[in-house]
Amino acid sequence: MREKTEMIAELKELVKPYIQDQEAFDNLNEDTDFINDLKINSANLVDVILDIEEKFDLEIDNESMDKMLNVKAAMEVINTKISEK
Amino acid sequence: MKTRVVITGLGVVAPNGVGIDAFTKALREGKSGIRHIKEMKDLGFSCQIGGIPEITEDYKRKYFSELQLKGFNSSGILYGAIAAIDAWKDAQLPISENIDFQSGTIFGTGTSGVEKFREAIYKLDDKKVKRLGSTVVAQTMASGVSAYIGGMLGLGNQVSTNSSACTTGTEAILMGFDRIQAGKAKRMLVGSCSDHGVYLWGGFDAMRVLSYKSNQNPEKGSRPMSASAAGFVPGSGAGALVLESLESALERKATIYAEVLGGEVNSGGQRNGGTMTAPNSKAVQRCITNAVENCRIKAKDIDVINGHLTATSKDFTEIENWSEALQLKGAEFPYINSLKSMIGHCLAAAGSIECVASVVQLKEGFIFPNINCEDVKDEISSLISETKIPKKIIEKDLNIIAKASFGFGDVNGCVIFKKY
Repeated sequence: MREKTEMIAELKELVKPYIQDQEAFDNLNEDTDFINDLKINSANLVDVILDIEEKFDLEIDNESMDKMLNVKAAMEVINTKISEK
Repeated sequence: MKTRVVITGLGVVAPNGVGIDAFTKALREGKSGIRHIKEMKDLGFSCQIGGIPEITEDYKRKYFSELQLKGFNSSGILYGAIAAIDAWKDAQLPISENIDFQSGTIFGTGTSGVEKFREAIYKLDDKKVKRLGSTVVAQTMASGVSAYIGGMLGLGNQVSTNSSACTTGTEAILMGFDRIQAGKAKRMLVGSCSDHGVYLWGGFDAMRVLSYKSNQNPEKGSRPMSASAAGFVPGSGAGALVLESLESALERKATIYAEVLGGEVNSGGQRNGGTMTAPNSKAVQRCITNAVENCRIKAKDIDVINGHLTATSKDFTEIENWSEALQLKGAEFPYINSLKSMIGHCLAAAGSIECVASVVQLKEGFIFPNINCEDVKDEISSLISETKIPKKIIEKDLNIIAKASFGFGDVNGCVIFKKY
């Protein structure tokens, strides 16, 4: 399994283009919520997930996608999908 | 007394100049923006020349955020938003966090984001619908351009896109004019845009209406009113004007470029010689006559006509229609010019770019030259005096310019501008 801090750093890089709240981004941690904290436009959330799929070479199903609302949940889904490969 | 409507801001993205200063200089110099387009040649087009405005990546970033540019591939929206923001700033209007309920936009287009749509279709056919992401809809919906502009400027009045083929830009101006005159808005940012490129232009190439005789000599390709006119050259870009009630403009102490006296739009109904692609001359004449009457001017008050004049066999028909509608010919006929000689036919963007050119001429007092018209068509010069078709710039104080546009579907628009 990937190092948690390494994965957070990777996610941070991926969400960077979409964030609208710099302070929340600077303090990004496991509990950071994509929409409420980072103020990512809900329409852009699908783009974040596409970028995650590309970066980690995964396919994320609709149900898992619905869960990916914060950093922690996103990491869980990514780890599950990696382990299923 | 009816509300008077004036123009307080201009913006333009044209093949021969981006921004009002560069565009004005190009108009004065008779500078062509037509060049060889490699993609047209590679894909086996008969016409291999076109007009595409030059916008660098750095220039885009003055108007769009990195996020907006992620997955962005809609040249029409790019041109439209740049022209619109320039016009807004030129009018000294603020871009703030607050919504402005007194300002709206009618910004037209023919199609939107053709290349973006192509990308999407390839992914879809490859069964990758999910990979379209969030960016396809906003860039390919017809109203994409007005949606982008409305959001960038915080417009709270009507935000809409009109579409009437090559009449689109001229129609947008008259729609905004009507809304202000009806007292429903103080300011309307009006204009139009058109994508560039092979996916939009291909259909015209297939119809054999494009010029294919000047592929080795692009700048000579667009030849309105010339005996050697051989079809139109496709162009692209955007024009934008801030229309404002005179009262609001005076209150803000805004610079006033010109007054919009009014105009007319109509259709030939595809009857009496009118078809999907050809105009019903009676309707064209009626459109011009009604425009003149609506504006309470006389035909002889018109100093300059900025024609539609695309460089096809219809140029003569158009001049006949002007002559008949205004009841003027020979040396009595107003000066006439066609911007398409420099930038080609910018399709849905043509009307607005050409209206911007008309307003610049009024404001600065000059008539731009018709280039590629050293051999005026005999039929034309037997109807109107050749001295009325300037081939060199004429510096002259002007009072009234009439601008008309005609489009597929047998639609017509004529707007009249007056010096303020």
